[in-house]
Amino acid sequence: MTITRREFFRLSGSAVAGTTASLLGFGTLEAVAAEVRPYKLARTTETRNTCPYCSVSCGVIIHTTGDGAKNTKAEIVHVEGDPDHPVNRGSLCPKGAALLDFIHSETRVKEPMYRAPGEAGFKPVSWDFVMDRITRLMKEDRDANFQAVTEDGKTLNAWATTGFLAGCATTNETGWLTYKAVRSLGMVALDNQARI
Amino acid sequence: MTNGWNDIKNADVVLVMGGNAAEAHTCGFKWVTEAKANNGAKLIVVDPRFTRTAAVSDLYMPLRPGSDIAFLGGVINYLLSNDKIFHDYVKAYTNAAYVVRADFGFQDGLFTGYDAEKRDYDRSSWEYEFDSEGNVRVDPSLRHPRCVFNLLKAHYARYTPEMVERTCGTPQHLFQQACELIASTASSSRSLTALYALGWTQHSKGSQNIRNIAIIQLLLGNVGVPGGGINALRGHSNVQGITDFGLFSNSVPGYMAMPKTSEPTLEDYLKTRAFKEMLPDQMSYWQNYGKFYVSFLKAMYGRNATPENQFGYDWMPKVDVNLDTLRQFEMMFQGKMNGFICQGFNPLLSVPNRKKLINGLSKLKFLVVMDPLHTETAHFFENHGDINDADPSEIATEVFLLPTNCFAEEEGTFTNSSRVIQWHWKAAEPPGQARTDIQIMADLFLRLKDLYAKEGGAFPDPIMNLSWDYRNPARPSPDELLREINGKALVDLTDPNDPTKPPVKKAGELLDLFGQLRDDGSTASANWIYSGCYSERGNLTMRRDPSDPSGMGIHPNWGYAWPANRRILYNRASADPQGRPWSNRKKVIEWNGSQWVGIDVPDFGATIDPTTRATGPFIMNPEGTARLFTRGMMREGPFPEHYEPFESPVANPFGPVQSNPVARVFNGDMEVFGTSEDYPYVATTYRLVEHFHYWTKHARMNAILQPELFVEISEQLAREKGIAAGDWVEVSSNRARIQAKAVVTKRIRPLICDGKPVHVVGIPIHWGFIGATKKGFGANQLTPYVGDANTETPEYKAFLVNIKRINPMV
Ligand code: SF4
Repeated sequence: MTITRREFFRLSGSAVAGTTASLLGFGTLEAVAAEVRPYKLARTTETRNTCPYCSVSCGVIIHTTGDGAKNTKAEIVHVEGDPDHPVNRGSLCPKGAALLDFIHSETRVKEPMYRAPGEAGFKPVSWDFVMDRITRLMKEDRDANFQAVTEDGKTLNAWATTGFLAGCATTNETGWLTYKAVRSLGMVALDNQARI
Repeated sequence: MTNGWNDIKNADVVLVMGGNAAEAHTCGFKWVTEAKANNGAKLIVVDPRFTRTAAVSDLYMPLRPGSDIAFLGGVINYLLSNDKIFHDYVKAYTNAAYVVRADFGFQDGLFTGYDAEKRDYDRSSWEYEFDSEGNVRVDPSLRHPRCVFNLLKAHYARYTPEMVERTCGTPQHLFQQACELIASTASSSRSLTALYALGWTQHSKGSQNIRNIAIIQLLLGNVGVPGGGINALRGHSNVQGITDFGLFSNSVPGYMAMPKTSEPTLEDYLKTRAFKEMLPDQMSYWQNYGKFYVSFLKAMYGRNATPENQFGYDWMPKVDVNLDTLRQFEMMFQGKMNGFICQGFNPLLSVPNRKKLINGLSKLKFLVVMDPLHTETAHFFENHGDINDADPSEIATEVFLLPTNCFAEEEGTFTNSSRVIQWHWKAAEPPGQARTDIQIMADLFLRLKDLYAKEGGAFPDPIMNLSWDYRNPARPSPDELLREINGKALVDLTDPNDPTKPPVKKAGELLDLFGQLRDDGSTASANWIYSGCYSERGNLTMRRDPSDPSGMGIHPNWGYAWPANRRILYNRASADPQGRPWSNRKKVIEWNGSQWVGIDVPDFGATIDPTTRATGPFIMNPEGTARLFTRGMMREGPFPEHYEPFESPVANPFGPVQSNPVARVFNGDMEVFGTSEDYPYVATTYRLVEHFHYWTKHARMNAILQPELFVEISEQLAREKGIAAGDWVEVSSNRARIQAKAVVTKRIRPLICDGKPVHVVGIPIHWGFIGATKKGFGANQLTPYVGDANTETPEYKAFLVNIKRINPMV
C-alpha cells in the first residue's frame, strides 16, 4: 500500500507536520502500513527515564523484553512519553519519538578503538590497552608541563597543555566525578557544551 | 529559567525572541499553548524567520539577525517615555534610585574607561556613590540626575522607533504593537514571560541581550511572579546540571569561582567574594561563601583537608586566564596543546571555522573521545572531500575512541531547564564493551594515581589526597555520588546558639539544606545549591508525585528543584515591601505576621519581618535589589548598547563604534572577517524540529524525516540570483564555502535596514559525515571565530555570506 508521508505520520501517531523534505520535492515515501499490534508491549518491563536531547527533559517510559532473570538480557523494544510527567504529559516531539533509533543506531561505538599516527582508520583494541596508553600519555604531558608557580613566583599548580571538554548529556553524578578527577590533576583547560 | 515549564501557563503575554520554542523545545511550548487557550495570553514572536512558533503567534515581526539590542532598547525607551512601568516595584526592588559616580559617562559609543590598546575597560567608574558608612547613596525621589533611573532614561532616549526600524528592519507599526502588548503587563496583576535560547546568546554581545530583557522585566515588575521571569530554554538535557557543576575553566560547583594567583591564601580568596551588605537591613546571601567553599574542599579532599593546610586550598589550580573552548582550539592551532579529551561532545561540528579546528586537532599528540556514537571529532583525520578536507597520512595524532552508555543504559540525575533535578532509571546494559563515563573517569583517575604512587612525578599531592571514598572505588555508584553532592555532617553539629541542645545533625548524617553548611570543616558538600536533594528523608530527585495543589504549576513533590526545592526564583518580589501579595492573581508567598508562607518555598529569610526590616528581595545581591545598572559586572558596560555583529551589512546606526569593543579576537581571525562588498547577505544558523544538534542524524527515523542539508532563502533573493527550489547552491564566507540544496520560502523575507535591502540566508546545522543522513557540510565551516565578550559563546547567529547557483553536485 502506498501512503503519503503525511498519512504515514498520522497513522503512526507522530506529531510531525510537513517538513522541508516535501518542499524539496522528494515526493511520497513508501511505507508499510502500521498494523495495529495490540500485544506488542503486554509483556515488557517499563523503566522511567528522561529524554536526553533538549532541556524540556520529557519523561519517557522505556519498554524492555526479558524479565530480569539471570542469563536473560534486557532488550529495549519501545520508548514512549510518560503520561505522569507534569511537563510533557505523555507527549514527545519528533526527536524524542525516535529515541529507539538512537539507542540502536548502527553508528554506536561498541568497543574501544585506536587510531595510530598516520593511519587511515581505527582498529578495535582492549580497554586495558587504551586506558594504559591514555594515562601514560597524560602523565608524560602533565609531568613535562605542570606549572607549580608563575614566572613571578606565585602559586599556580596548573596543567594547561591537555584540555577537557565535558558533555552536557551526562548525568550530574558523572559531572561531579569528572570535576573531581580533572581538578585533582590540576587541569585548567576545562570547558563544556553550555557555551556552544 | 527563573520560573519553570509549567509556570508558563500563568503568563498573560509571552515573548519568544532569540528562540523557536515550538520546534526546539516542543513539549515545553505546550505550556504557551495552554496560556493562550486558558489564560487569554497573547504570544509575540520576534525572529528573522517566520518559524513554527511565529505561525501560532498573535503578533509576529521580523528583525535583522544581530539587532536585538536595538529592538529591546527601543522597548525600554517606550516604557520609560510613556511611563509604562510598575512604579512601586521599580522603586523598592531595583537600583533605580541609587546614585552613580560623577565620573561615569557614555559618549560616542563608549562608556568611560576604555583602553583601545587592550580592547578592555577600566570599570572603576561604573559604580555607585557610597557615603562615609559604606552605604550606597539613594535618592528615593528619583530626581537626582545621576540616579540609575535617569541615566537609564538618557541612555535609551536614542532608541526611538525610527532607529529601531532603521537598525532592525522591523516596521514601526508592528514594533509599536509589540511595545503596547509588552507594556500591558506593567501592573500588579499581569505578567509577561520571556523565552529565549541560542538566538540571544550566540552573538558577540549575547549576554547584553539577556541584560536587556532583565531591565525590561524589572521595569514591568515581572521577576519573581507567576507567569513571569527570564527564561533561558537551555540546550541539552543536562546542560543546566553541568553548568551548575562548574565544568568551566574558571568555575567551582555552585556558581563559585576558581581562585586566582593574586589570592595566595584561602583567606585572601574568601575576602574578595563574601560580599558585605551595601545598605542597612540587607542580608547578602553570599556572605555564606566561606561555608559553601570550605564544604566543597571537604568534598574534594575529605579528611586530608584540614584547617592547618587551608582545607587543601593550594591543591586547587589557580586560574587567571579563562581557557574556554575557543581559546583551547586557538592554543591547539598554535601548537600549544598536546592532549585533548572530549566527553560526549562533538566540537568539530560545533566550534566555528572548521578548517582551523582540523588544523588544531592535527597538531595534538593525542585525542581521546568518550561517546556512545562515532563522532566526526573522533574521525577528524579522515578525508571526506570538501566536507572534511584532511589527509590522514599527514596527521600524527593518536586517537582513542571509548564507547560509553546512552541515557537508557544508566541511572542518575539530569537537571532540566526549570532547575528540577530528576532521577532516571537504567533499562538495559550498554552494547558490546561500552562502559559508563563514571567507570571510565574512575579508571583513568585510579590508574594515574597508581602511576604517581609508583613513579612519583609533578606535584602528586592533589591526586594522592583526593577523597575517593566509594564502596567499589572502580565503580562509584550514582547513589553514592548524589549523597556526596548533597553533603553530610562530618562530626555532630551542635546549635551554635545553644551547644547544650542535642546535635542538629549527627556525624555521618545527610544534610537537610545548605543552611546547615559550616566553614570550619565540619561539613562536606560538593555543590551547595544541590544540598537538600538527598537528605535523610531519601533521594528526593526520585519523587514522582505529579500533584499540583495550588493549580499554579508548582508540582512541589516531583523531583527536587534547586535551590531548596524552590520553583519560582526571587518569589519574595511577588509581594509588596510590607509582605502583602501585589495582587491575588500573582500571589506566591506572603508574610502572615510571624513567617513567610505560600504555595512555593519562600526565596527569603523565613522569619524576616518585612514590617520592621526593609530587606530587599534580591538577597544574592549585597544591595538587596535587582540591577538595572550592572556596575562592573559586564565587560562592555553597565547598560547594553547596540553594536553590529563582527560581520554586518550596515554601519552601526547608533554611533561610531561598529562592533563590540571588548570582544576577544585572536590574531589572524580578525583578518578573515568578511565585508559586505564581497559577502552581501546576512546568514543565520538554526535548528529543525526533526533534529537535535549532530546527534539525531544517527537515528534512522530522524534521518528519514530530514535526510539532507539545505539552506533557506527568500523568494526575492532566489529571483535575484536565479535560484529555483531544489537547485544546488554554494554558500561562501570569507573562511570557507559549502554546498547545499536551496529551499525557497516565504518564511524569510528581505528587510530594509538603513535604507537598503538586507537578505537573510538560513542555514540549519545538523549535518556531518557520519550517521544515517546523507553527508552534508556544516554551518561551522562558515562561521567567524569570535565569541560573546562575557561568555565566549560563538557568534553563530549573524555573519556574512554570498550565495550562487551551481551545477548539481555528483
Ligand atoms: S521529546 Fe523533544 S521536547 Fe521532549 S525533551 Fe526530548 S527533544 Fe525535548
